[in-house]
Amino acid sequence: MMNNVILTKNLSVGYGSKVLLKNADFAVKQKDIFVIMGGSGCGKSSLLKVLTGLMLPLEGSFDLFGVDFNRASYERQLELRQKTGILYQSGALFSSMTLAENVAMPLTQYSNYSKQTIDDLVHLKLSLVGLSGYEDYYPSEISGGMKKRAGLARALALDPQIVYFDEPSAGLDPVSSARLDELMLEINANLGTTLVVVTHELQSIFTIANNSIYLDATTKTITGLGNPHVLLKNPPNERIAQFLTRGKEHEKRTE
Amino acid sequence: MENIDYQTSNGILTVTFKGKYLKKDLPVLLFETIHKHTLKEIKVDAQTLSAWDSSFLIVLLRLYQFALSRNINFSMVNLPSGADKLLKLSLAVPPVKEKIKLQQSNFLDMFGGFILDVYHTFMKGASFAFSNLKTFFLAPFQKPVFRHVDFLFTLQDCGPKALPIVLLISFMVGLILAFVGAVQLQTFGAQVYVASLVTIGMTRIMGAIMVGIIMAGRTGAAFAATIGTMQVNEEIDALKTMGIKTEEFLVLPRLKALVITMPILTMFADFAGILGGAAVGVLALDIPYSEYFRYAYNAWILKHFLVGLFHAFIFGFIIALSGCYFGINCGRNANSVGLSTTQAVVYGIVWMIIATGIITFCLQRIGV
Repeated sequence: MMNNVILTKNLSVGYGSKVLLKNADFAVKQKDIFVIMGGSGCGKSSLLKVLTGLMLPLEGSFDLFGVDFNRASYERQLELRQKTGILYQSGALFSSMTLAENVAMPLTQYSNYSKQTIDDLVHLKLSLVGLSGYEDYYPSEISGGMKKRAGLARALALDPQIVYFDEPSAGLDPVSSARLDELMLEINANLGTTLVVVTHELQSIFTIANNSIYLDATTKTITGLGNPHVLLKNPPNERIAQFLTRGKEHEKRTE
Repeated sequence: MENIDYQTSNGILTVTFKGKYLKKDLPVLLFETIHKHTLKEIKVDAQTLSAWDSSFLIVLLRLYQFALSRNINFSMVNLPSGADKLLKLSLAVPPVKEKIKLQQSNFLDMFGGFILDVYHTFMKGASFAFSNLKTFFLAPFQKPVFRHVDFLFTLQDCGPKALPIVLLISFMVGLILAFVGAVQLQTFGAQVYVASLVTIGMTRIMGAIMVGIIMAGRTGAAFAATIGTMQVNEEIDALKTMGIKTEEFLVLPRLKALVITMPILTMFADFAGILGGAAVGVLALDIPYSEYFRYAYNAWILKHFLVGLFHAFIFGFIIALSGCYFGINCGRNANSVGLSTTQAVVYGIVWMIIATGIITFCLQRIGV
């Protein structure tokens, strides 16, 4: 069994001549909850765009399930895309479709399930995120937190092996945010799904992550790699210490 | 089914999952069986199951729900780790009540509703037009809040950028008018009057109508889409909470730009139409250039020309108001932007035709 779900090789990310991140080398292992963290403007979301195939890297490459994604054929890329789910910052639900139709869309597109099975699967996915009974609601009729959960139900529709989250707690109240964190842990534990999360919410980071990278906007490189709790105890540099302690002076804890 | 076995003995149904149970449709035969037999208990065993996905959970859920509805014992053994938790999770949240569906109404209700809708829409549109026209005409005496750069950009978009398409279409319309007229006029040997026909037709009304239609489709739609997207992004709410009037900030620059450019574009359209007619007259009907333009010049009457420009001036108001009205009253999703854009164009053209009817009637009454 392959262990690395994502493996980047000397990856550089940016727009045209503007480089946001260079020489990034990291691996996301199976069943990891991998957090990409860093301050605003360090290229977290751009890195996510590259990893999800929405943008080409400036340099380098990355393997997804052992396949060099950007050099793979269109059909192979499509196959790989079906193994991935993405939860966008705003949920990105199709506003003209009900929640059930939103979740059913990838299923009708990429599977041969009968209508009955699709209905059952839609119901199951919505139940998993606590939205059972909201099948006939339109995105405009539900709250922001519910939109994110519905977006997650859609991302999970095809039983992906990896799910990307772009700032999942942005714009959510603390309770909804904590509920989403729990949901992510449950999905990871019960379905064995690898999660890649872009966030700068410290509470989320410490609750969910078992591995992480820290992107530094100044050096434009990865300056920290590992479990965030370990990084907090032994920060590799001052900026990570500042980041993980909300800018307070890092005091070395003594047991 | 290769990955699912089931057998019934003494009213006990034992369902065994094995191997990889991935992306499988519901086992129809299994569910036919359970409906046929009288069962006391359903047992699920997944000891030899090596891989599974949501389709496996669906079968379990269906069996569980069946057992629950018939009051049958239900037990599961050797479930893969996570599957039982997911099942519990999916059953944990009670479903919310069904969304209340709109009640069916009878014809009279619907007809009454329609009439009321039309009335409210008309009143809303009329009050929008009134407040914006007030802002427009009072603008020289007050200090409306808007960005002059917005006005200049819109002016550029409604003027120079629209000119090529206006010239092309008007040239073609002149061409068509000349061809259609020539069919009849040729029978009397009066083809030289094609010049008069095209000149009067274009200057009095066709120039303004063509520019109106082009600008409704081009600029009116753009106004609705731009302002509609601002509505979706809550930018209009932001303006309102800042105490900035949408009439001044959004509508006024667009209204001013279109009211200024429409008559100018119409002048160009008139000229292009006459040239289109000339192309037919000279090339197809063998009228000498000088002859064509002499007749065209004689048919060019200031009164007709000004009537055309007056139409264009009024159309400018209609297109800008229609575009902005539907943009500001756009819903909050992607669909409503499309809808408001369509409505802006359709209502813009409809009101232009109504206005033409009214103007023509009034001018006839006063003998212009």
